Amino acid sequence: MKSKMTTAIDIRDVVKTFGEVTALHGVSLGIADNAFFTLLGPSGCGKTTLLRLIAGFEDVTSGEIRLFGESIARLEPNRRPVNTVFQHYALFPHMSVIDNVAFGLKMQGMDLPARTARAGQMLEMVHLSDYADRLPAQLSGGQQQRVALARALAPAPKVLLLDEPLSALDLKLRQAMRVELKQLQEDTGITFIFVTHDQEEALTMSDRIAVMSAGQVQQVGSAQEIYEAPVNLFVADFIGETNLLQVEVHEVREGRATVTLPGGHRFACPSAPVAPGRHALSIRPERVTITPGADLSATVDRVVYLGSDLQVLVRLADGSPFTIRLQNAARTEVPGPGTRIGLHLEEGAARLLAD
Amino acid sequence: MAGGDTSWRPLARPLLIPAWLVIGIFALLPVLLMAVYSFLTKEFRGGVIWDFTLTAYDQFFITRGLFGDEAAQVEWTYITIFGLSILQAGICTALCLIVGFPTAWFIATRPARTRAVWLFLITIPYWVNLLIRTVSLKFLIRDNGPLNEGLMSIGLIDGPLPLVNTNLAVQLGLFYSYLPFMVLPIYAAVERYNFALSEAAADLYASRWTTLREIVLPVVRPGIVAGCILVFVPALGAFLAPDLLGGAKTFMIGSLIEEQFKGSQGNWPFGAAVSMILLSLVLMALLIYARAAAREGER
Ligand SMILES: Nc1ncnc2c1ncn2[C@@H]1O[C@H](COP(=O)(O)OP(=O)(O)O)[C@@H](O)[C@H]1O
Ligand SMILES: [Mg+2]
Repeated sequence: MKSKMTTAIDIRDVVKTFGEVTALHGVSLGIADNAFFTLLGPSGCGKTTLLRLIAGFEDVTSGEIRLFGESIARLEPNRRPVNTVFQHYALFPHMSVIDNVAFGLKMQGMDLPARTARAGQMLEMVHLSDYADRLPAQLSGGQQQRVALARALAPAPKVLLLDEPLSALDLKLRQAMRVELKQLQEDTGITFIFVTHDQEEALTMSDRIAVMSAGQVQQVGSAQEIYEAPVNLFVADFIGETNLLQVEVHEVREGRATVTLPGGHRFACPSAPVAPGRHALSIRPERVTITPGADLSATVDRVVYLGSDLQVLVRLADGSPFTIRLQNAARTEVPGPGTRIGLHLEEGAARLLAD
Repeated sequence: MAGGDTSWRPLARPLLIPAWLVIGIFALLPVLLMAVYSFLTKEFRGGVIWDFTLTAYDQFFITRGLFGDEAAQVEWTYITIFGLSILQAGICTALCLIVGFPTAWFIATRPARTRAVWLFLITIPYWVNLLIRTVSLKFLIRDNGPLNEGLMSIGLIDGPLPLVNTNLAVQLGLFYSYLPFMVLPIYAAVERYNFALSEAAADLYASRWTTLREIVLPVVRPGIVAGCILVFVPALGAFLAPDLLGGAKTFMIGSLIEEQFKGSQGNWPFGAAVSMILLSLVLMALLIYARAAAREGER
């Protein structure tokens, strides 16, 4: 793993308002050097705003951003050792691909032979050497995206900001680029701050993820942490697929709660620190198995074929809908609609959430 | 886009007829008429006699003395008028660009709602006839006009500045007449400009000045070129401003041509010839520009 954990970017109590609109309500984040850090959240939650503050295109309303320990409030964007891959790439339309990639180097005062060589290397890295003399308009979306990436990486920034760089690509390309981006980050050792609204993208690439909603950071953690131990209703609902049930909470002690499901089934599960009363319980569909004679009973409504998986839609005793996911293995027995089945919750399937 | 939907093809030809008619009647026909007239013989008191001759062109380029009995020499009178007109129109274009670009930029970067208001304000004076506006300008700058009176009353000058009947006054008139033709196309280009490009440049360590020079200007260049053409070409042929503000001392191509078609002093074939020479100059300039642009495109 990483030898020492220096903090690349330290965001402290940052508030950003645009007139009446408050885009960020006091965001604090520490982003480690050499990390692949992702800002994940639905559209409009303030991800782009946070990136633009780091890049210097906007000024914070209050709070502070530090880059390797130094405040960058007074630094113009063209003096920050931070480069951006823009959402719609923002390639210079009148310049060839190689001139686009060499632009930052030229601005840094690198002479023509040196910057041509370096830009050539960057193009090689993104597999676009054959397109050096084309204009951006003559490239496909995926190719333009690579040029934007090469252009931002060429000056070897300390931090690379990526604003939904894959959102305009089709699925296959997007999946391939995820792997390449992650590889690139590991190879270069540059801190990546990656913005996306796609939770799958976030889970597959990131070292750490900050889940944002309505201008606030809801949770920061590894992919596993935010998936397995979401701190609140928003995170559980936004990350992956889950069953959310309103349950009666009797007792919470040492991170475990005793709860009663709507149908009367009573059991203990890991819990966020909440007071007894009614709260939301998250049950991950892939952590539930069909076990004859199990305590929790349900009736099958429908089975949805998803290829690698099967989705079994059932109703609990009180009629509330519930989803189970089964692997589509050869031995999987699929119950028909109307069948009464028993459900077994594996350890870690259920988690009580804060509101 | 073009050629995409082939179901339009059978309709294309008939639909183009109005366009061709307009171009034919309003663009090609008058030019053709001019070309023909420039090779005809002049009728006294205006009009032409249908006799083919090169007299008009000869008169423009060659002199044989006051009574036509000396050896042929280059006639500098009209060439000088052309040179001065090109200079005036060039200065006018430069001034319009210097003032028009920031103006267009300012308008294009206002919030969408206020942009229309600014554009309206810019174009308001142009609802008034050009003649009226030029005469008004003359009233403003004449010896006992508000400009001179104002400057004298605050003690900045002792006597009135002699503005009327100078090249400066003509320049002022031209500038005022054609400024919107610079502002509007540049405005359209800047409005379409993607400001993320400027951010990308700043992100890649470019200063504001470098961003303007290397990114903004090249990207909005079509608007700038359109503006320059739209100002330069009519300024070159303008006659109201030189007539009304320049008096007898400053003579531009436009006035020269105008004079040939006015009253009994007129000479239609000569006026037509001057027009044809002007037209060929303009076309040549555009052609050179188009080729330069094409060469740059290939690069
Ligand atoms: N320049 C701006 N002026 C006014 N409101 C803005 C501006 N930029 C962003 N906002 C608002 O701030 C909020 C967050 O926007 P943004 O950061 O773009 O979200 P995201 O990138 O997560 O989709 C939104 O409500 C948006 O409307
Ligand atoms: Mg965004």
